[in-house]
Amino acid sequence: MPQETKLDVGLNCPVPIPARESILLGHGSGGRMSGDLLRKIILPALQNPVLARLDDQAIVDVGGSRIAFTTDSFVVKPLFFPGGDIGTLAVNGTVNDLAMGGAEPLFLSLALILEEGLPLDTLRRVMESIRVAAALAGVVVVTGDTKVVEKGSGDGLFVNTSGIGIVSSGVRLSADQARPGDRVLLSGTIGDHGITILSQREGLEFESAIASDTAALHTLVAGMLRASCEIRCLRDPTRGGLSSSLNEIATRSRVGIELEENAIPIREEVQGACEMLGLDPLYVANEGKLLAIVEPAAAETIIEAMQQHPLGRNARMIGTVTDSHPRMVTLRTQLGTSRIVDLLSGDQLPRIC
Amino acid sequence: MKYLDEYRDEKIAHGIVTELVRRATRPWVLMEICGGQTHTLMRYGIDEMLPAGIELVHGPGCPVCVTPLEMIDKAIEIASRPDVTLISYGDMLRVPGSRTDLFHVKAGGGDVRVVYSPTEALKFARANPARKVVFFAVGFETTAPANAMAVWQAKREGLRNFSMLASHVLVPPAIRALMSSPRNRVQGFIGPGHVCTVMGYREYEDLVRQFHVPIVVGGFEPADLLEAILMLVTQLEEGRAVVENQYVRSVTYEGNLLAQKILAEVFEACDRKWRGIGGIRESGLNLRKEYAEFDADRIFGTEGMTADEPVECISSEVLQGLKKPTDCSAFGTSCTPENPLGAPMVSSEGACAAYYQYRRYAIAARENR
Repeated sequence: MPQETKLDVGLNCPVPIPARESILLGHGSGGRMSGDLLRKIILPALQNPVLARLDDQAIVDVGGSRIAFTTDSFVVKPLFFPGGDIGTLAVNGTVNDLAMGGAEPLFLSLALILEEGLPLDTLRRVMESIRVAAALAGVVVVTGDTKVVEKGSGDGLFVNTSGIGIVSSGVRLSADQARPGDRVLLSGTIGDHGITILSQREGLEFESAIASDTAALHTLVAGMLRASCEIRCLRDPTRGGLSSSLNEIATRSRVGIELEENAIPIREEVQGACEMLGLDPLYVANEGKLLAIVEPAAAETIIEAMQQHPLGRNARMIGTVTDSHPRMVTLRTQLGTSRIVDLLSGDQLPRIC
Repeated sequence: MKYLDEYRDEKIAHGIVTELVRRATRPWVLMEICGGQTHTLMRYGIDEMLPAGIELVHGPGCPVCVTPLEMIDKAIEIASRPDVTLISYGDMLRVPGSRTDLFHVKAGGGDVRVVYSPTEALKFARANPARKVVFFAVGFETTAPANAMAVWQAKREGLRNFSMLASHVLVPPAIRALMSSPRNRVQGFIGPGHVCTVMGYREYEDLVRQFHVPIVVGGFEPADLLEAILMLVTQLEEGRAVVENQYVRSVTYEGNLLAQKILAEVFEACDRKWRGIGGIRESGLNLRKEYAEFDADRIFGTEGMTADEPVECISSEVLQGLKKPTDCSAFGTSCTPENPLGAPMVSSEGACAAYYQYRRYAIAARENR
């Protein structure tokens, strides 16, 4: 119904827009839009019980052995950043997806999608990073593929790695195992990777001493598993940050999670950058941190084991699993009030003022 | 972290609340103008800390929320042209226009980019002389000086491929419109700290005189807002109505004179339509005729475009503080951040989005069953 523009206080409101029919950047954010895409388009085509677990890796029985299998694609911009590059991420990311299932990572595949015009020197540098990261993690790249796309069809370099590892018989980690009373542990400061990448992006350069936290976490996990078998679930909070991982666990386990804002370690530089840019560090990506849901009685032992590892020195307990608000993550703020830590719809957007 | 922790300190906050409980003898309805303040209030649950009689309603100070539908349509129309690069602040990309939003234009091949500062758009224009670079300039007095600066600079450099689709709005005329409405409930305003950092608070004295309504310019941290509320309640209880400044670490009486100078050089006041509220006289900023060559509206011939805004949600009442987001039957059901019916559900500064993100315990519990 048409309405006149009036120079008085009238009542108007926008119309709903039709349902989205194409892929938007937000579908890749790890938030609610990503989840919808998975649930509505991807999973229905591929139903099977292994995939249905929706963990960071699949664990399958092959000839009596429990094999962990995972894959991940890397599309980071810029390719090189303080603390690492796309090559380090591609190795550590896949190693970590295996490690979150309690697996010992063994073999990786490497697929490169190269854009016409990419300087060979860039590729050499990335390959050297892959070599070093694989050696450090103790994994072997045993197969691979290269494809070249026309200029404009890629963004310099995309990398995919898949990985295989082996899981000991007693280890069963999954996002559906959190129980009320369990404790939530975090291995260190959050937001380092995401803010590092943001600080390097075109149009947003700001000076900072932050570096990506990219690291392979499997030896940290091994130490934790040696200390206690009372670990229910592990997650590395990458894309979508702490919030996405914890919401996923809360949903899959049908429990609530209560976080303590004051307990979550954040570097001052990261906090400052987030304040300036209007971002919430709970949604910012990490590449070398893990979340653990553990049996309450074992929490102290596991934290101690984490703190003995260089990648877990700042490990601490940041929250508790509860039955009071199933499938919801809440946060007790610095002021003692409580708020929801929701899944974001799409990407976190810079605010206007 | 210095300059943050002390403003988020539990003891300090509760100290202010205790004083508030002591001073408030009857109910008062207060409005925070700025969407950034709404966000802090929700994020920290400050409204839940207040004594029962103190009601906070949320004002129209979310630039994304009040940008009129036709402006979004114009931006979409311009961004859809193959020779144009449209640059804006992030939140604007998700705001629904009449038929689509800028994210979809981008997904369809339109060159739409996000920046934090208009000078980045200038930089892009210099580096890409073959592209027509349009900066979609929204926001209150806060963002206007930087946008004015970009146009001023473009003129000085003779940058021919840069232009601006300006949709700026001003706070004082909005307060005047709210106070003039027969349905107004607001008895005191928390003034917009960042707007006043630029403009000072001289112009708020007229409002206080005209409507006998106290205004306290407030900051954006929890302790800032609680202190501003305490100052407002103190005035109201004592029957006073003056402009006071809580945000002294940023706001001065005169404001930023250099910023005001560039504003006056490039922009002039104009009548402006506010989404959800309607037309308000002299409530916007347009480019002056000396800068007409940078006016994207003129360059791309979108001046005549208008859009009808049918009454589909209650955002008008939310933006005027007449209703809370949770009073809307669409809230959290047919209206979510993924499929916003109204602009206040889009921006993180919008009242509906803030409630949805931090407060929808009841709705989430229902969803999660």
